Amino acid sequence: MKSAKLTNPMCRAHKLPMGGARRASAAMMAMLGCGLAAGCISVSAPDKPIVIELNINVKQEVIYRLAPGAQNTIEENSSIF
Amino acid sequence: MKTGFTRAALAISAAVLAMTGIAAPALAQRDPAYEAARQSGKVGEKPDGYLGIVSGGDAALQKLVNDINIKRRALYAQKAQEANATLEAYALTAGCLAIARTAPGEKYQTPDGKWMTRTSTAPIRDPRCP
Repeated sequence: MKSAKLTNPMCRAHKLPMGGARRASAAMMAMLGCGLAAGCISVSAPDKPIVIELNINVKQEVIYRLAPGAQNTIEENSSIF
Repeated sequence: MKTGFTRAALAISAAVLAMTGIAAPALAQRDPAYEAARQSGKVGEKPDGYLGIVSGGDAALQKLVNDINIKRRALYAQKAQEANATLEAYALTAGCLAIARTAPGEKYQTPDGKWMTRTSTAPIRDPRCP
């Protein structure tokens, strides 16, 4: 005779933690999945140094603002331009 | 006492000479060696506002280019500060203009680093150039 409870505990509400063989096989499957389907994002260090082009930060509007003055500067120092 | 005075006078005249010596070429035209190097295409204008050696180049040419670039950098730094801009922005602007004013036959560098000979047509410059 079943004991009277509010819910019938036919199944456990929570699964027991994975253990032993089950854990090992899950890990194997995960690794296999990565290898076969290339479903994992692989990150590798670039072989070339990362160059950040600082000039790209110079905005066109700045260049336009500086241009008239720079033109004078060049003309006044024409020996080095 | 007299020697002291003479020494001071000499120092002052030397200083005056040095100052005028520096100031005078600033308004003058290019040094003949620099002019020759430009015309022969040994040196050219780079988009970053500095002079570059197109190919090879001996020690004398390297020194000439370095000297000019040091002077340019000092000038850019001063003018950039006055204009409340960065040195890079000012140098880049000057580079735009320096490439634009190259004479046909002179060399300039494109934004992707290739050396080109200036023709009568417009040079290939950074798209931000005015």
